Amino acid sequence: MNNLEIVKAGLNKRYAKERRFKFYGIFSISLSLLFLFFLLFDIGAKSIPAFTQTYINLDIEFDKKSMKLQDQDSYSEEALFSASYSNLGRNALYKLFPEVTERKQKKALRQMLSSGARYDLRDVALKNKNYVGTTQNLWVIAGDDIDAFVKGLIDRNIPESDRRVKDYQVEWVDTLEAQNKIERRFNINFFTSGDSREPEQAGILGALKGSFYTMLVTLLLSFPIAVSAAIYLEEFAPKNNWWIDLIEININNLAAVPSIVFGILGLAVYINLFGVPRSAPLVGGLVLTLMTLPTIIISTRAALKSVPPSIREAALSIGASKMQVITHHVLPLAMPGILTGSIIGMAQALGETAPLLMIGMVAFVADIPQSILDPATVLPVQVFIWSDSPERGFIALTSAAIVTLLVFLFFMNLIAIVLRKKFETRW
Amino acid sequence: MSNLEILLILIIAAAIAYYATKRQAQSWQTSRDKTRLDSLPSYYGYFGAICTLLPALIVLSFWSFIEGNIISALVVSKFERLSALNASDLSLVMNEIKIIVESGLSEKNSNDLFYEKAAVLIESYSSVSFFLKVASVFALSLLGFMYAYLKITPRFKARNKVEKTTVYLLLLSALVAILTTAGIIFSVLFESIAFFSQISIFDFVFGTHWSPQIAIREDQVSSTGGFGAFPLFWGTILISIIAMIVAAPLGLISAIYLAEYAQPKIRNVVKPILEILAGVPTVVYGFFAALTVGPMVSGFGERLNKFGMSFEIELFAGLVVSSESALAAGLVMGMMIMPFILSLSDDVISAVPDSLRDGSTAMGSTKSETVWKVVFPAALPGIVGGFLLAISRAIGETMIVLMAAGVAANLTANPLNSVTTVTTQIVVLLTGDQEFDSIKTLSAFALALGLFVTTLILNILALQIVRRYREQYE
Repeated sequence: MNNLEIVKAGLNKRYAKERRFKFYGIFSISLSLLFLFFLLFDIGAKSIPAFTQTYINLDIEFDKKSMKLQDQDSYSEEALFSASYSNLGRNALYKLFPEVTERKQKKALRQMLSSGARYDLRDVALKNKNYVGTTQNLWVIAGDDIDAFVKGLIDRNIPESDRRVKDYQVEWVDTLEAQNKIERRFNINFFTSGDSREPEQAGILGALKGSFYTMLVTLLLSFPIAVSAAIYLEEFAPKNNWWIDLIEININNLAAVPSIVFGILGLAVYINLFGVPRSAPLVGGLVLTLMTLPTIIISTRAALKSVPPSIREAALSIGASKMQVITHHVLPLAMPGILTGSIIGMAQALGETAPLLMIGMVAFVADIPQSILDPATVLPVQVFIWSDSPERGFIALTSAAIVTLLVFLFFMNLIAIVLRKKFETRW
Repeated sequence: MSNLEILLILIIAAAIAYYATKRQAQSWQTSRDKTRLDSLPSYYGYFGAICTLLPALIVLSFWSFIEGNIISALVVSKFERLSALNASDLSLVMNEIKIIVESGLSEKNSNDLFYEKAAVLIESYSSVSFFLKVASVFALSLLGFMYAYLKITPRFKARNKVEKTTVYLLLLSALVAILTTAGIIFSVLFESIAFFSQISIFDFVFGTHWSPQIAIREDQVSSTGGFGAFPLFWGTILISIIAMIVAAPLGLISAIYLAEYAQPKIRNVVKPILEILAGVPTVVYGFFAALTVGPMVSGFGERLNKFGMSFEIELFAGLVVSSESALAAGLVMGMMIMPFILSLSDDVISAVPDSLRDGSTAMGSTKSETVWKVVFPAALPGIVGGFLLAISRAIGETMIVLMAAGVAANLTANPLNSVTTVTTQIVVLLTGDQEFDSIKTLSAFALALGLFVTTLILNILALQIVRRYREQYE
């Protein structure tokens, strides 16, 4: 056998190996893509129920007695505000189902409505002061178990003892459904209210505003500091200086330090040493600034480096100082790259959770924050808090909050990509 | 007047100073003898603004930092009752007094006259300090402006001064990186030393009993907390191993395929899509791991268990299946770090010069042979560096393990069991109510120190390897 034959004999085997290897590549890429789509689909599907909310149509009688109001012709705002509304919904329900007399069943009937319904009724009464003493046909928000049942999340076919909705409640829902008195509407609450212990009343506005303030602090601090640091390191720093090497090692290392360590830094230095208020967007922003700095510095340096020397030389040759070259020519030309890097850094900061747990942003905050010093939480931490809640309704809410977060991240990254494509210059 | 308002006033003052000095410079320019200026008029303006703003700003920030501590120290020295207290009691009492100050002295909200006295004293010191602060800051600002205004002449080298100051400010920004590292070391080191003065390092690293619950009363049962962190380290390693088993082959083979085989069109579509995985927040992965992958894994484990029971396979029959498992957390974490390995490996594979590939192909080898026998060995240092960075990321990851791996410190090799990790314990120990000096809290700082040092070593090692590799082909 000569050499050629030896090679030819092994050829088929080698080609098969080649095909196999190619298949492994395609397989692993497909597997990763599949995982991504499964992840997005799974969370998307789980979030759908959160975007609707069940309402029950009731004839609410605003009678003075159950509102604990004195007999008057007209009422002041304060009187209406402090009146009692908790009985109105249940009275209407008792009237609708007069056959219910047993105590336990009455309680179940009351739980058809959300405990937050009274606040909605109060708002209605405050808006229409002449309603007192009359009977109005209103849609009232349903309780979370009923809501889950109407959405089909609780299966009516499983035995009564295993589900949270009792048989008589199912019957009532069916009766209401037959009379067209129960319906699902778009859940506006989710976007307009703060956190709550009751899933049907919980919303993400508080977390959104908290995220907004935190990002504002982060952006205002990290962008100028990072760009200045990058300009110094790229343009002014002396070469072969151990100080500068130390700074560079630090920046590269900080980019890979676990985020939770930054949280510990925030707890020990910002809160315990400097006395910055806990749980506030200010301290959150300060921590995230330190995390975002390396990202922005690294991308800014890359952008500065990509500006060709010819531009600098041209400016220098007509008498500009080094600082003028940088501020008038290099920096404007590098700006698209700097902005792209900053947006990516901000997107990372927006999704960060662990360090914020350390500085107390994980507390339950029902109020919507109004400034950077109010206690607040942020969107990803809200996801974490809700995912820990036992009530069933919170699964959908968590997923919906994730979807909101991902939508924000998607648009931030989209802007970064568009910016890069639009201003990309090949010198 | 808050610090923010003082700052605003200073900025307005600086703007006025800018215009005043700039006008002065311009007036020389337009005067009859047409004096030639050394710099553009705006540089004189900048010089005026810097002189007005910078010294005042330095004093303002320095004062605000030390103000609180000095006032507390003064108050403590005035009252014997306070100076007799030890550090932790003192901080409690001071907090209470500060709350009284904040809620307003007019309300009688404390029945202890002593607290009220201290609060009054704090308030009077604060108002004195505040007055001094405002006065010195504004005086300094005015002095700075006057200095600048008198200093400038047509021959004054304003531009050089301004540019020099700017360079120093830029340097200051660059120093923030060092300050951050120093801050991290500062915040974990002292607490860790305090911790290791009570628990020996050997017991901490090699002890196998972790239950940091500290008794509230002295005589309570189980009042000795266990601080053997070995199960935590093991849990972290176990989950990282699982994650790397998933991520390393997937990321590496995908990278090779994208770099060597895929057409540019496909590559330009697939790579950004896979990089989405790197942009998904970790809390999302945590939720997915806890709610979707976790139940799937435990369902699979139960089926294995039943299978083992019915066919009497001892290994499977004795299986402990928990709803929170190392496997679920590790799988999801693997998918999280996969894009990281993908893009790092892609970079180093693309950096291998084409002459090597051409040489191999000319010798008659197939593409896969070229990849495995030429490109891969050449890229190996860079790939190893990327893996080390990925491991460092897996060790430091918090949310996935916190939500999906559990908090029970089990020392087990069974991936279907629940384990806990260093990061999870840090979160558990430091969230919620805590007193700062308890040993339970201190242990979290010791864990953080271990975490920081481990990742630091991995990162520096990885960066060195990658850098040396890059230099080789440049």
